[in-house]
Amino acid sequence: MNVQAAVTAKPSGAQRAMRLVPPVLVFAAGLLAWELVVRIKEIPPYVLPAPSVIFLTLIKDWAVLSQSLATTLLTTLEGFVAASIGGIGLALLFNQSKWVEYSLFPYAIVLQVTPVIAIAPLLLIYLEQQTAVVVCAFIVAFFPVLSNTTLGLNSVDRNLAGLFQLYGASKPQTLRFLKLPAALPHILGGLRIAGGLSLIGAVVAEIAAGTAGAGSGLAYRIAESGYRLNIPRMFAALLLLSLAGIVIYGVLALVSHLVLRRWHESALGKEN
Amino acid sequence: MLESSTSPAVEASLTALAVSLRGVTKAYDNGVMALGPLDLAVRKGEFISLLGPSGCGKSTALRLIAGLSTPSSGIVRVARREGVPQPGHGIGFVFQEPTLMPWTSVRENVRLPLRLGRVPKAEACARAEAALASVGLADFAEAFPRELSGGMKMRVSLARALVTDPDILLMDEPFAALDEITRFRLNNDLLALWRSLGKTVIFVTHSVFESVYLSQRVVVMTARPGRIQADLRIETVEPRGEEFRTSVAYSDYCRRVSAALAPSYAGQSTL
Repeated sequence: MNVQAAVTAKPSGAQRAMRLVPPVLVFAAGLLAWELVVRIKEIPPYVLPAPSVIFLTLIKDWAVLSQSLATTLLTTLEGFVAASIGGIGLALLFNQSKWVEYSLFPYAIVLQVTPVIAIAPLLLIYLEQQTAVVVCAFIVAFFPVLSNTTLGLNSVDRNLAGLFQLYGASKPQTLRFLKLPAALPHILGGLRIAGGLSLIGAVVAEIAAGTAGAGSGLAYRIAESGYRLNIPRMFAALLLLSLAGIVIYGVLALVSHLVLRRWHESALGKEN
Repeated sequence: MLESSTSPAVEASLTALAVSLRGVTKAYDNGVMALGPLDLAVRKGEFISLLGPSGCGKSTALRLIAGLSTPSSGIVRVARREGVPQPGHGIGFVFQEPTLMPWTSVRENVRLPLRLGRVPKAEACARAEAALASVGLADFAEAFPRELSGGMKMRVSLARALVTDPDILLMDEPFAALDEITRFRLNNDLLALWRSLGKTVIFVTHSVFESVYLSQRVVVMTARPGRIQADLRIETVEPRGEEFRTSVAYSDYCRRVSAALAPSYAGQSTL
């Protein structure tokens, strides 16, 4: 019996370094090569800005860019929350009644397979701009939550379900003590995908909306800078978007790990 | 389907029975007969084994008794205790796998039946601790199932079945997946529990040796659809222990049970 060892087993330092050092080295080498090529070939910044120029632009334009970043992040968050609530809620509803599931699921699929970039202009006609953007983020992000939660709720151990039946568990009890915990790994997986997708949805909708104003997001900044041939700012905005995506994924992955670490296979070390 | 009361005339003859099945059959949705007709009477406090080839419907019979499934025809009667209703109708079920909830601690797993029966938390926790102690796992209440060995998980599963203080314990090949040494130890512990708690145990197994070692009665079943092939009493000096396992009487019983089981396998040429 080796309870302690099993709990505290973690990847060794060397393994961790092996997963971190090479990508960082590749990144640094890429930046260096980029900088050198731009300087040696004397490429003008409106064609291809050097990394140093992009970095300086990021600092110089921080006031504008941070404002846009906040806007985009807020849209993403709203879309993500709507997708989480909508996706999980709909899955719970489907789980209660097969009829509801059969009646509505096809439409969920239709929403999913129709490219959001094609829906965005329509939404912008009928909805206020900010609402339309959030709805786009929602449409893109909710399906993985819905399908993963549905899968999770349906993958309850048959014998455990029998046990709940034997002890006369009510429907709410079965949901709370059995189905939701059993579905949790799937739900968290869906949320992890939805985080990145709601950012994509927000960006797509912003580009489609394309209206100027103080509350314009990063995607709008990219489009606007493109028209003005302000290429360094395009890159700076792109960099921020990319970082935002990484942070969103990282936070959700961390949450998932913290929630599942004591029991789920996905959160355990390889040796066990 | 779980009838506790019958007409007064038959009541008297049934009071000593914990479980009775009469003409019980079970057909799958596709029409294949899984079980029966099956007649079986289990006295209160008896330890009986259902022994038979895979797919003969022994697990189906157990699920019918537990009320997890309804018979296609026939009557299933399970005696219920007078007075306070118990969660699980006085039945505890141990599955072939430990069937624990991996997301919560051993204590919470054992407390589950009481929680579903809305027993107050303090009382439920105390009873869960007591049940864990009775299977020798008092120190593991805080552990998570994945931190335990296969044998320990099975003990938790047994503790969970015992926590409601059921009159009848249904066990569906509970030790089949364990190594032999662990299995022997759990056999002995189960016998000790049975002697001290006086519960009715219906134990499904496909091991001749396990059934003879544990039970007072071995009911041998035929291949699908499962029917009763033979009903043998195992009589020896109680309490049983390791000396019984190595005795001549034990091997003699095993030989007789094996002989009774042989026709059940006769039709199966692809063993």
